[in-house]
Amino acid sequence: MISALLFMLGIGALCGIVLSLSSKVFYVYEDPRIAQVENNLAGANCGGCGYAGCSAAAEAIVTGKEAPSLCIVSSKEGIEQVAKIMGVDAGSAESPLSYNMCEGGNRADDKYHYMGVSSCKAMSLVFGGKRVCGVGCIGLGDCVKACKFDAVIIGPNGYPVIDDDKCVGCGACQQACPKDIIAVNTLSEQLMKFNQKQDALAPCAQTCPAEINIPRYINQLKEGKYKEAVQTIRMRNPLPLACGRVCPHPCEDECRRGIEDEAVSINQLKRFVSDYEMNSGSRIPIKCAPDTGKKIAVVGGGPSGLSCAFFLRRIGHEVDIFEAMPKLGGMLRYGIPEYRLPKKVLDWEIQGILDLGIKSYSHVRFGVDFGLGSLMASGYNAVFLGVGAWKDYSLGIEGEDLDGCFTGIDFLQRMSSGEKIKLGRTAAIVGGGNTAVDCARTLLRCGLEKVYMVYRRTRKEMPANEVEIVASEEEGIDFVFLAAPTRVIANQEGHCCQLEYLKMKLGEPDASGRRRPEPVEGSETSLPVDMVISAIGQSPDSSFKNAAPHKRITELELTRWNTIDNDPSTLQASIPYIFTAGDAATGPSLVVDAIGGGRRAARSIDLFLKGKAVEPVEHSLQQKRIRESIFSKVDGIQKKARAKMPEIHVNQRLDSMIEVDLVLPEEAAHKEAERCLNCCRICYNPDTDFPIAN
Amino acid sequence: MEYFEIFIAGIFINNILLAQFLGNCPFLGTSKKMETAVGMAMAVIFVLVMAGMITWIVDTYLLKALDVEYLRTVSFILVIASLVQFVEMFLKKSIPALYAGLGIFLPLITTNCAVMGACLLNISKEYSFLSALVSSFSYAVGFGLALVLFAGLRERINLARVPKPLQDTSIGLITAGMIALTFMSFKGMV
Repeated sequence: MISALLFMLGIGALCGIVLSLSSKVFYVYEDPRIAQVENNLAGANCGGCGYAGCSAAAEAIVTGKEAPSLCIVSSKEGIEQVAKIMGVDAGSAESPLSYNMCEGGNRADDKYHYMGVSSCKAMSLVFGGKRVCGVGCIGLGDCVKACKFDAVIIGPNGYPVIDDDKCVGCGACQQACPKDIIAVNTLSEQLMKFNQKQDALAPCAQTCPAEINIPRYINQLKEGKYKEAVQTIRMRNPLPLACGRVCPHPCEDECRRGIEDEAVSINQLKRFVSDYEMNSGSRIPIKCAPDTGKKIAVVGGGPSGLSCAFFLRRIGHEVDIFEAMPKLGGMLRYGIPEYRLPKKVLDWEIQGILDLGIKSYSHVRFGVDFGLGSLMASGYNAVFLGVGAWKDYSLGIEGEDLDGCFTGIDFLQRMSSGEKIKLGRTAAIVGGGNTAVDCARTLLRCGLEKVYMVYRRTRKEMPANEVEIVASEEEGIDFVFLAAPTRVIANQEGHCCQLEYLKMKLGEPDASGRRRPEPVEGSETSLPVDMVISAIGQSPDSSFKNAAPHKRITELELTRWNTIDNDPSTLQASIPYIFTAGDAATGPSLVVDAIGGGRRAARSIDLFLKGKAVEPVEHSLQQKRIRESIFSKVDGIQKKARAKMPEIHVNQRLDSMIEVDLVLPEEAAHKEAERCLNCCRICYNPDTDFPIAN
Repeated sequence: MEYFEIFIAGIFINNILLAQFLGNCPFLGTSKKMETAVGMAMAVIFVLVMAGMITWIVDTYLLKALDVEYLRTVSFILVIASLVQFVEMFLKKSIPALYAGLGIFLPLITTNCAVMGACLLNISKEYSFLSALVSSFSYAVGFGLALVLFAGLRERINLARVPKPLQDTSIGLITAGMIALTFMSFKGMV
């Protein structure tokens, strides 16, 4: 017993001495912070940071190669602890999450029967996978095997479903996927994603100038997730209430259901969910990325400016808006009459954007109250110019300055500002666009007896939205087609009393594809009116360029249409730190174009501020169509009537400026959402049994 | 000839994993990827040869000399553990390249039963020092061989359609059993 004890004591002492001696002899200096840092990392050895294991990551942090926020799995407290050990600022890490892009899965047909090893990588080597869709998921779950956190499963529909709570954003799934199904990205990256040629996009989503993921929000509406639907829209469009009312919905022109049946009423569904949010009494919180400390000046508080400011704020920049008019909203407020977009609704929507922490200054006009010089001196890192197109073209005819003559946008803006204008009893509106229709319908509501719309082509060529034309016909506006005004005739008091015009006939098509009107000699006719409004188009007011005392702004190049010249893919102007979108860059266009432009400019500004090259999005779609996704015929559709937009009866409309179009009732919205085929690039859910469905 | 016999027997006939069933934890744990399996195999060869020598010395000049052979197991644990620690420190300082390669596997072997088992087997067979050295090396090579073979199989199995209840470790154990069966055919060769 004693000998055993002594022996063990001896051999233990020997081992201890040898080890302690060798630890002295073979001592290698290692920064003690490495061990401390490693204790505060997640310890999952996931490799998401790009280093082999947590100890390698800890070493990289301690040697200063990486920021304390390197570990993507680590909790916020963990990162703060690491920062404390290192004695530096934690740095703001945006946690990435994994997202699935394909919603086709089992819907897509098989090209061949696959019997090989069950690995996506192997299958994709054989003609890019068994499914007909070239970009879609092939469903063997390489992503599932790659995920160390059990966050990915192949869902019942044959494409990966990601559990956001478990996902740490390590990116293993994205690397494992031989296609581009799974994307691991941060909120900022998602907000700044633009449609690309290889994306799984439905035709409507390809067409939308704001690039909203339309099938997704309709699907969310269908499931009763209105909040999520609004959030989906807000990823691309900060003004869903306004767009839901005034957007001419180019998306619906490409709707697959529209090929065999009537298109889905996409815009009404957008309006339904956004009205739901407004009427619910509480705002859905909008997530923003951590602050970056960069400051941007947005000149012009119209749709493009608001959109640019909204997205810049959401990706963490500080934004100030400068607006020349008394209130924000631009053309939405001053160009669109109350009966189409109530000011109350617009105010609510703009307040939501400003609540993100955007400061706004109104009554300050660019080039008058402040200029490029003062912005630069105040420390703004970049400038967004979204000044719109507010200068009406003049008719260039005799007598257009007479008392009783107005120009379109000027007139609408004065009406919206509440100015008392002396109106007549009969009016002629010259022009066939939306501004002209807005002027005519506004005047009708002011109690005029007769309102004419004078347009030099025919109804078919009118650029105004079809619904607007129909509404004005219903409301009793008289159309005078094929008429070109030649002069305004005054009465004895110098007030306008007649509009003389020349009759036209349609000739050969011109550059715009519309048939060119040609005058008929000697066909002068006159229209007895005491008001004439010319609404034949607008251009940006570039007077800020001439008024500026500093040289720099004079270098800003304009196009021959007086719009600000920019690179159409990056929206960067000729002065590198100026970006521009909306009507100021494109000339008068849709609200939704301005919104899309604002976001595109935000992306370029972000790149510019980060010191990266301001380059266009690779393989950018920019509203071109993906050919394989545009069908000429769609199988498996049963005709179902499109939801009719509820509206106030014509009799009640004309007495006031009350909103004409109403929101769909919940039941009708669901029924309309059911009509959506939930299209992807090439798959969709048909109504009837059909091979693709099986 | 004797050493050759010991060598062949250590690798195939008395394969430490597939015939003696020692060291199954690293066998299942580190065989998911070829890369880790190779690393582990190298580390085991390195440590087992060292442990085989040192335990033989301890046994012959301490345990037998002092007539305390009943303390063999406990003193071997102590010696092997210290040895691994020592080797780790030594490598870190002197051969950093080798340390980087074997680094994370070395501490794993500290309490590996394959190492312990092989050392005890050497003693029970009353090998000479040189025989013990050859035998330790051959056991380690056998371990490495089985591990690398198995890792290769498992990498393929991962891509095959395995019924759900049998996935991962279960199918691994079944496969290991079958390889063990094939190794049984070496029985009686020497």
